Amino acid sequence: MNSRLKDKVALVTGSSQGIGAGIAKAFANEGAKVVINYASSEAKAQQTVDEIVKNGGTAIAIHANIAESESIAKLFEQTIAAFGKLDILVNNVGKLEFEKLEEITATNLHMQINTNLIGTILATQKAAGLMEKNGGSIINISATTSINPLPGTLVFSATKAAIDNITKVLAKELGPKNIRVNTLAPGMTETEGSYEKGFIGSDFEKYNRSITPLGRIAQVEDIAKVAVFLASEDSNWITGERIQASGGQQ
Amino acid sequence: MNLRLKNKVAIVTGSSKGVGAGIAKEFAKQGAKVVVNYSNSKDYADRVVEEIKQNGGEAIAVQADVSNLDDIKKLFAETKEKFGKLDILVNNAGVWRYEMLEDISEETFALQINTHLRAHMFTAKEAVKLMGEEGGSIINISSTVSLNPIPGTLIYCAVKAGIDSIAKTLAKELGPKNIRVNTVAPGMTESEGSTADGRPGSEMEKFYLEQTPLGRVGLPVDIAKVCLFFASDDSAWVTGERVNASGGML
Repeated sequence: MNSRLKDKVALVTGSSQGIGAGIAKAFANEGAKVVINYASSEAKAQQTVDEIVKNGGTAIAIHANIAESESIAKLFEQTIAAFGKLDILVNNVGKLEFEKLEEITATNLHMQINTNLIGTILATQKAAGLMEKNGGSIINISATTSINPLPGTLVFSATKAAIDNITKVLAKELGPKNIRVNTLAPGMTETEGSYEKGFIGSDFEKYNRSITPLGRIAQVEDIAKVAVFLASEDSNWITGERIQASGGQQ
Repeated sequence: MNLRLKNKVAIVTGSSKGVGAGIAKEFAKQGAKVVVNYSNSKDYADRVVEEIKQNGGEAIAVQADVSNLDDIKKLFAETKEKFGKLDILVNNAGVWRYEMLEDISEETFALQINTHLRAHMFTAKEAVKLMGEEGGSIINISSTVSLNPIPGTLIYCAVKAGIDSIAKTLAKELGPKNIRVNTVAPGMTESEGSTADGRPGSEMEKFYLEQTPLGRVGLPVDIAKVCLFFASDDSAWVTGERVNASGGML
């Protein structure tokens, strides 16, 4: 185990699986105590906790409906009750529904906005209040589509573009409190979710690979390493920035 | 502690002082063998090498004026002779001139183009020949002014904007060779150069501090930590990116 995040407390929203779980595990591996937040996948969240603990790390799973104020409030209260403070927040939870304009349903529209955008704002509001005294690092997970959108991702891409902007506003607002805010924008990543959506093994994956200078699809570890950088002291002089982790794909 | 650049060979151009020296020392601390390149300041370069050795690291000073194409070849030939390979290149050497439009000279133009823009291209050309199958990392030092220019620095800002373009092209061209190329753009950074210019405590410094969310002037070590990210395995999935290292100042 390394120690770049020794004694830090981190909360990763939506970290029962996928990129969130990868980030949580990487943080724990660097000595952080980690809150694995989940909305519905309790079993997977506990699995991630167990894996972290097995490797000598510290983690707990806490449920929250990310777009509900009261649920968020409880999430952070329980984090403080367990670990006493908060140093790092990763706004990772995000939903993607592929729907061309004419197909967009009100349900999916509201769901993506609530989860991706409103959830991020509410969680950040709470976190910033807790980080005021000693500073901290907030990492907003965006996507390559926030600046190079794909047809069929209207709502998702719009929420991610909003996330990019939130980072810039809050970097200025929270800088004087020594709270840094940055965006991490992954490209296509091999996760359970991407298998479920049928990306892996598809023509879409093949196409992605062909336009990626580093010639492959990301693993969660690739994304997690960049998150560690943004959470750690190495990035102390960086705030308001967006780093794309996509193997060079634009 | 893990040495994050163990057994890597790095060239840092213009590293006898300031940001370059900070980068050289940080890389050496992380286990890299470092070529401390200087143009004129031999004594300063020797001092950097001495400090690195005193801390248990390995470094040599190599004279080369990167605005001269033959000198660039010499720099890489000496690196090959001494260390046999190259993993990391930091294009840091730079010269700043203040000239309003009515005062710009052909001499300044040639100097800026050759030291910055041309140098970054021709050092990359040589670097690729020395980088093995494992690939490598090229880091070009730009500046916040490449996107947010200041009156009086027309040529400097133009060449820095040109430098921003280099990483984007080369990331695509060199990605298949596993050579990553990224840009680090510092803001106002304290160095021997800025002290000589009379910057600390000046009106100009006050002006910049007001625009810096993190409320202080940068130090060479701040920039060095960001360069470490780009030189190390942490950024294995990041290429073609540009990051401001400026405490949030744009």
